[in-house]
Amino acid sequence: MTATSLSRPSTPPVGEEQPRLPGTWRTGLVRGRLEVRAFFRERQAVAFVFAMPAILLILLGSIFGHEAAAHHVTVGQLFTAGMIAGGIGSTSFQNLGLAIAAERERGTLKRLRGTPLAPAAYFVGKIIQVFVCTIAEVAVLIAVGMAFYHLHLPTSAAKWWTLAWVFVLGTVACSLIGIGISSLGRSATNSFPVITLPFLVLQFISGVYVPFNNVPPWLQHIAAIFPLKWMGQGLRSVFLPAQAATLEPGHAWQHGQTLLALAAWIVGGLVLCLTTFRWRPTGDG
Amino acid sequence: MTSETAIHVRGLRKSYGQTPAVDGIDLDISRGEVFALLGPNGAGKTTTVEILEGYRHRDGGTVAVFGQDPASAGRNWRARIGIVLQLTAEPELTVAEMVTMFAGFYPKPRDPGEVIELVGLGGLSARRGRQLSGGQRRRLDVALGIVGRPELLFLDEPTTGFDPEARRQFWELIGHLASEGTTILLTTHYLPEAEALADRVAVLASGKVVALGIPDSLGGRVTQDAQVSWEAPDGRRTLQTATPTKVVTELAAEFSGEVPGLAVTRPSLEDVYLELIGADR
Repeated sequence: MTATSLSRPSTPPVGEEQPRLPGTWRTGLVRGRLEVRAFFRERQAVAFVFAMPAILLILLGSIFGHEAAAHHVTVGQLFTAGMIAGGIGSTSFQNLGLAIAAERERGTLKRLRGTPLAPAAYFVGKIIQVFVCTIAEVAVLIAVGMAFYHLHLPTSAAKWWTLAWVFVLGTVACSLIGIGISSLGRSATNSFPVITLPFLVLQFISGVYVPFNNVPPWLQHIAAIFPLKWMGQGLRSVFLPAQAATLEPGHAWQHGQTLLALAAWIVGGLVLCLTTFRWRPTGDG
Repeated sequence: MTSETAIHVRGLRKSYGQTPAVDGIDLDISRGEVFALLGPNGAGKTTTVEILEGYRHRDGGTVAVFGQDPASAGRNWRARIGIVLQLTAEPELTVAEMVTMFAGFYPKPRDPGEVIELVGLGGLSARRGRQLSGGQRRRLDVALGIVGRPELLFLDEPTTGFDPEARRQFWELIGHLASEGTTILLTTHYLPEAEALADRVAVLASGKVVALGIPDSLGGRVTQDAQVSWEAPDGRRTLQTATPTKVVTELAAEFSGEVPGLAVTRPSLEDVYLELIGADR
């Protein structure tokens, strides 16, 4: 290490093209890789965001799972499908809401804003992190369901297709709401009332911790406003036999409504993000 | 304004509510210059720097950094500046991962390994942010600010909380960057720091520039009246004079030889500074 090895900063001569900035996709990919790495290194995130749904599935399934919910349908299968929806919400909505609030408070966002990093590259990194973690989350929950609760992988292309679109639209909707909500708390420390608590309540009334057919109708109506209930319903249509549709409030899988609800939340979430996203903490200029 | 101008500021104003933080500042900083904004807390140093960095919007005045308005400058402009922020490190990423990632944001970065060495984190590349001490985090802050090979580096209160040894090492690093031609704008409330590092100093008080010049000439120190004091038969006498040599010669004649308790002093830079910012002594 010598001083001479650092060359003098040079200015491009007038008329010459400035050196090209690294591409958005490339830097986004680099950030995504590090984001995934950082996520799995953080014990708290792994425990509460990633492992919690699997632990709860094993607990709830062990207590109630072998009761029959309907002909050929066990409560364990209902729990697994619901918990996959909860898991997607956890690694997208809850994960992003908590992580971005913490990054804003630490000044990570301010620091990135002071570099030539394209803002889009930051979000590409987040998208990669969310999709990698959420795919892993869903895989773990499916594995738990198959090991303990007679869950079966989809057998038809149509069901795989349903799984794919429910997964993608659900993840995108929850991510956008998570990014939007990260701006609402005044600091990362009050993320519990803003992020964790509403998510907990929503999981109770959307068929994640309690089978949806056991939720009182007035709470079902409230749950139907939010995407989590629709994700659970879509996933039940993938993993449960056809006759389980009779357990749904409308006695049908309602793919059309599910698609509409998730699409509406994606549009709403995007608007929320674009209007509320801040690179700096509240009260900091 | 010429192409040799790095920073050009005229009539800069910024208020928070009814309180003016920056109240009509003019600055011209040349390329390659090390320039210090010196002043007490609340003088408007950080607000000024944050406007120049593009972090904060101004209420009035014109600002050009490399010929562009920081409020609307784009990514190519950002690639030419470096900002050292004092922040909590990313807890789960290592020093090497952070510096390498930031290098990847710039078109012509320095070698991350060299930068880590340069800031004195050589043995700690594999250490995670959460494991770094306060002083090590500050070194990482500097590494992230310079890895993009900035032509202009912003340092806001860079050595606050440093022990004397760390401060000395940091000053050497700044000297090194300056010798490579990096333009540096630093803020400090620590007078010896401005004296040690800066080619020119602007003293800020209550959002205004109250003095501007090379550190030695601040506030007209060299031309200011000297104080001559001595023990007269009726007690100690002190005289403010622009011609101390003449006074001493006369005194020597009066006492026909040695003047008892003779002292000739000019105000120290510290005295000038404290007077400029209106501090009580």
